[in-house]
Amino acid sequence: MRALVIDDSAVIRTVLTRILTKLGFEVVQAAHGKEALECLRGGPLPAIALVDWNMPEMNGYEFIRSVRQSSEWRDLPLMMVTTETEMEQVVKALAAGANEYLMKPFTPEMVEEKLQLLGIRGG
Amino acid sequence: MAISAEDFRFVTELVRTEAAIVLDAGKEYLVEARLGPVAHQLGLGSIAVLVTELRARRDPALLTRVIDAMTTNETSFFRDVQPFEHLKRKVFPELIERRWNEKRLSIWCAAASSGQEPYSMAMLLRENFPELAMWRVEVLATDISTQVLAKAREGLYSQLEVNRGLPAPLLVKYFHKQGLEWQIDAKLRSSIQWREFNLAARTYPPMGPFDLIMLRNVMIYFDVPTKRSILGNMRRVQRPDGYLFLGTAETTINVDDNFASDTLHTACYRLKAA
Repeated sequence: MRALVIDDSAVIRTVLTRILTKLGFEVVQAAHGKEALECLRGGPLPAIALVDWNMPEMNGYEFIRSVRQSSEWRDLPLMMVTTETEMEQVVKALAAGANEYLMKPFTPEMVEEKLQLLGIRGG
Repeated sequence: MAISAEDFRFVTELVRTEAAIVLDAGKEYLVEARLGPVAHQLGLGSIAVLVTELRARRDPALLTRVIDAMTTNETSFFRDVQPFEHLKRKVFPELIERRWNEKRLSIWCAAASSGQEPYSMAMLLRENFPELAMWRVEVLATDISTQVLAKAREGLYSQLEVNRGLPAPLLVKYFHKQGLEWQIDAKLRSSIQWREFNLAARTYPPMGPFDLIMLRNVMIYFDVPTKRSILGNMRRVQRPDGYLFLGTAETTINVDDNFASDTLHTACYRLKAA
């Protein structure tokens, strides 16, 4: 199972990669939405993409909208992982097509529980 | 079982040095909820006696019990997912069919802790069984700790708590932001009856009978005779064709032979005679 981690922070990418690898995922990283779209174009479809909100080039919200509007990736499960913690932001992300929403800071258990909710398993 | 400020300081220092767990001020309810059953189980009577014992001699076995109690049993919404799937796909459809004429359901969350389980139950019912809106559905939520119940009744959760197991669509639908915290809707809060209750009491007051009892992740705190007594009491307050859920790692096997597993690989039990 492949997971795509999209965050402009190298630290967060490393932390999420460690958590997801332990859960049995093969992890691909991208530093912003545009790079993530390149990853989608270039490789097999991941089982899940974890997307930060605030990033340069293309932010997570724009990325989610692009994915949902595309013909080939529109069913890709998407989880927002962000420091945005206002209700309006959660509503906005879900309306754009995010399947789940995880607020930073997070623990490995939280990531695992959210994936469980989506019925997605690694390995 | 209230804890003194001095004992609370001792316990927080202990779990900090032994398990690197930081307990902030205001977490007294957590220490009470976790150490109360341990004190009872060891026949020490109260947390104060337990702490005195710990201070007097750092018995490794006792220390382990205390650390275990303080570090395990973290709760989350829809904890373990699978039991709630079983409720949704099998238990509630069966109960609704069987109770169709009386249009009444009675549910008991017997170790409700800070409320995530009864609220998960209430959300599950609203999301999946709209027909129950016309029924009389009673959800009783009990816990031994008054502090933990006060928090549950308030339905106010930190960001870390709503991050755990709660589907984002349900967060949006049933919660509102209150400063830095999230509060569950007043309608859901008032749909649950909250009551202090000691599961280890020898006899229970008249209650029930219940169609469904959630007794999850609490039996681990009790010795076998107490477990036996609790399951005996459950049998008396459970309807003959009702359901009992234990924690995923708990079982009735070798404790009470009157229960049988409802479906393999679930911690859902029915009374054998039914």
